[in-house]
Amino acid sequence: MARGRSGDRSGGGRGDGPQGLPGISVTGRRAGTFCLLLIVALCVQATRVQVFRAEELNHNSANQRLTVERYSQPRGDILVGAEPVTGSVPTGGRYDYKRTYTDGPTYAAVTGYSSQAYGNTQLEGTEDELLSGTDTRLASWAVWDAVARRRNPGGDVHTTVDRAAQQAAMRGLGRQKGAVAAIEPATGRILALASTPSYDPGSFAGASADDREAWNRLQADAGQPMLNRALRQTYPPGSTFKVVTAAAALEGGVVTDVDAPTDTPFPYVLPGTTTPLVNDTRACDEPGQSLATAMVLSCNSVLGHLGVQVGLERMTAMAEAFGFNDAGLDTPVRAARSNFDTRMDEAQLALSSIGQFDTAATPLVMAMVAAGVANDGTVMRPQLVEKLTRSDGTAVQLMEPSVYRRAMSPATAGQVRRLMTDVVEKGTGRNARIAGAVVGGKTGTAQNGPDNSGTPYAWFISWAAPADSDGVPPVAVAVVIADSDATDVTGGGLAAPVARAVMQAVLAR
Amino acid sequence: MTRTAGRPRRTVRTRRNTELALVLAAVLTAVLGYAEVGLNVDGTVPADAGEYGAALGVLALLAHAAVRWRAPYADPLPLPIGVLLNGVGLVVIYRLDRSTPGNAAPAQLLWSALGVGLFILVVLLLRDHRRLQRYAYIGALAALVLLVLPIFFPPVYGSRIWITLGPLSFQPGEFAKILLAVFFAAYLAVHRDALALTGRRVRRFRLPPGRVLAPVLVIWAAFVGVLVLETDLGTSLLFFGLFVVMLYVATARTGWIVIGLFLAAVAAVGVGWLSPHVHSRVEDWLDPLGSIAAGRGANQIAQSLFAFAWGGELGTGLGNGYSALIGFAAKSDFILATIGEELGLTGLIALLLVYALLVSRGFRTGIALRDPFGRLLAIGLAAIVGLQVFVVAGGVLALIPLTGMTLPFVAQGGSSVVTNWIIVALLVRMSDTARRPAPEEA
Repeated sequence: MARGRSGDRSGGGRGDGPQGLPGISVTGRRAGTFCLLLIVALCVQATRVQVFRAEELNHNSANQRLTVERYSQPRGDILVGAEPVTGSVPTGGRYDYKRTYTDGPTYAAVTGYSSQAYGNTQLEGTEDELLSGTDTRLASWAVWDAVARRRNPGGDVHTTVDRAAQQAAMRGLGRQKGAVAAIEPATGRILALASTPSYDPGSFAGASADDREAWNRLQADAGQPMLNRALRQTYPPGSTFKVVTAAAALEGGVVTDVDAPTDTPFPYVLPGTTTPLVNDTRACDEPGQSLATAMVLSCNSVLGHLGVQVGLERMTAMAEAFGFNDAGLDTPVRAARSNFDTRMDEAQLALSSIGQFDTAATPLVMAMVAAGVANDGTVMRPQLVEKLTRSDGTAVQLMEPSVYRRAMSPATAGQVRRLMTDVVEKGTGRNARIAGAVVGGKTGTAQNGPDNSGTPYAWFISWAAPADSDGVPPVAVAVVIADSDATDVTGGGLAAPVARAVMQAVLAR
Repeated sequence: MTRTAGRPRRTVRTRRNTELALVLAAVLTAVLGYAEVGLNVDGTVPADAGEYGAALGVLALLAHAAVRWRAPYADPLPLPIGVLLNGVGLVVIYRLDRSTPGNAAPAQLLWSALGVGLFILVVLLLRDHRRLQRYAYIGALAALVLLVLPIFFPPVYGSRIWITLGPLSFQPGEFAKILLAVFFAAYLAVHRDALALTGRRVRRFRLPPGRVLAPVLVIWAAFVGVLVLETDLGTSLLFFGLFVVMLYVATARTGWIVIGLFLAAVAAVGVGWLSPHVHSRVEDWLDPLGSIAAGRGANQIAQSLFAFAWGGELGTGLGNGYSALIGFAAKSDFILATIGEELGLTGLIALLLVYALLVSRGFRTGIALRDPFGRLLAIGLAAIVGLQVFVVAGGVLALIPLTGMTLPFVAQGGSSVVTNWIIVALLVRMSDTARRPAPEEA
């Protein structure tokens, strides 16, 4: 071929390279395309990192940006009544502001904590976007603010908690290990949420060595002060669960007259076994006790037998109407799942109907049981937040009461209320009596630990209304004492006085 | 366009006014960026914004005047691109000075002035790029000496690639890459036929004659050997890529690429296996977040990815990011992470496209030139820019293992800025030759 050398004259084209091979115009173009493809690869990778993996990377625990941003301005406040129980103070460190808590231990179960080093929990966590000012609802020009990354001042969270009720609950629990949940039955507003032993969320709000030490001490504490026992811990409810069983028996027509004798034999042998269901008091030890008597005396044999007669399906339905088996019970802080087994033989069902076997409940759900009975059988969704506002006080969101389930008819609820009033008037719940008020309640004492070696759990659930009112009772309470110095551990002895104090605080408003 | 009567006359548009407008726009962009940093960090425009803009503007206009005078037909894009990239780099370095130790922006401005000065010198003095061909061997030797020198100086961050003289330090590897491109271009322009066509046949492959291949192979191996000893992986990778690209462009033999990639793979595995420094970088690349799970905290790649992610689509705005978290080398190797954080994906892709434009103009100049040496040199220089951007950005974006190189024009580093201005000067010079109309036949 004549054109052996590269084309000095021709501008390009195939064949100006060595002996007919593609010339530099062609190979150069290919190499250029290759270089541009490299840059395209960079653009693709940048898009992958900055768009598709951004969320995950921003929330990586080693990435300090979210935390720095969160504490770059004062945080909005959490209010109880009209008063904030939180605050923010400027610090000199990497983070501009630090969270403070007024009376931290009293409200720790309500607020949770907001710590520069250890993150956010409970209301501080669920309402974090509002409190830290990133919630788009705070913005007047949401789209523009998002583009400009403008941050708004943090908004405020107004809780439903009643200051007096909360303080009464904390005082009542004192040095014992336990929890209180109080609800306004007609609306589901949570009036008190207390857990002891408690902790001061302000003690580790910063990122200093002192904060770290306080945190480590709390983590190592055998008393688990940071556990929210009112919302996040379940206990076997024991005899307080008999309220659910009684409601199911009446609603299902298994019992039509609370004073009529039932066909419960004595001893009542658990179906399919040779084990009799024993009672705590000898007064129960006769056949055919009425439901009314059985509730006042807290007879295991009668309520266990009634539960079996109601049947698994209807027992489960009634328990679930009060919040059992719901793993998504958000107040907005999520409550732990309370359990009532859905697959059991009759012996297990009998035990479950008196709050034993696998039955386990949070204080919140047991408060929902009392509240549902008090509210004519309608269980309201429990709510901890009344409204969210901007820093200037204008509302962002108002919480409306909403129905959780209709557990039973108003007539059935009336009958159960009468049973509960009897318990307080002349049964095991006498410690909850309040002068000038109608009080209904149910005690419970649940065995604890392997071979019942631990201190039993003392339960009390109740509601109270002024004596001259025929409206819905303004307060329902559940109290559990998990560990106490007292020698005689019973629901009536330990838990009822705490419930009484909380109910009195609400009635005195 | 005008038409005179009779024979149509070809009117060549020099595009010098386009270049002037683009240069001014680039200066304005940098000044606005400078003002934005001040506004976001201090709440006011920096007091010296005017002087700063004037300094950059005067430099840019002097360079433009030199092009207008001595290279009137030059491609109007490389110079404004250089001004824009250099200006953006100065802004980001100034911004990083505010949150990390050190005060690098004034030095960078001085180096930029020196770089533009050299740009002007090259445009004015180098009338014909073919003269470089004569100095190819001497250049290669000089480059090798430059590369070897840092061995006698203390290592910085694990790499012996700096020469430190009092307060000044520079990376000779940066200058070496131009000299190497000149050498490759000169050698391949002469020997391309022999490399492509002669030699013994082994089955379907044709081995080039040893006497032709040996010199270039020896030189290249010397370079890479030195660099590997100095653990300057980025530059080794760059030189290797440059060699393969230029060899392919000159000979059109795909076999070279296959052999090159095979050799590279062998070398990469060997180095990764032998050097703990490299080994840890490969591990960080395979799992950038692994050190967090292992309880050792975020490594630099993880911090870089955090910065990119935080920028998202639109960025935080200059001065509003958290670049201090990235750690050392934030102004050099990792400067792209701050750009990604504060200008967002939008700004980052815009920047990458500006590089793409510069690279494509370089290749275009190469294709348009007539002489094989010029064609290979322009393509080689453009490939240097493209490969270097890929190696740096790919490293900080965790697309490839981090090798530690500077982002052309943008990263802090005197030798880098100066070298890149020389590259742009050569491209401007050669594009003038390529676009100059042939003398009109009378």
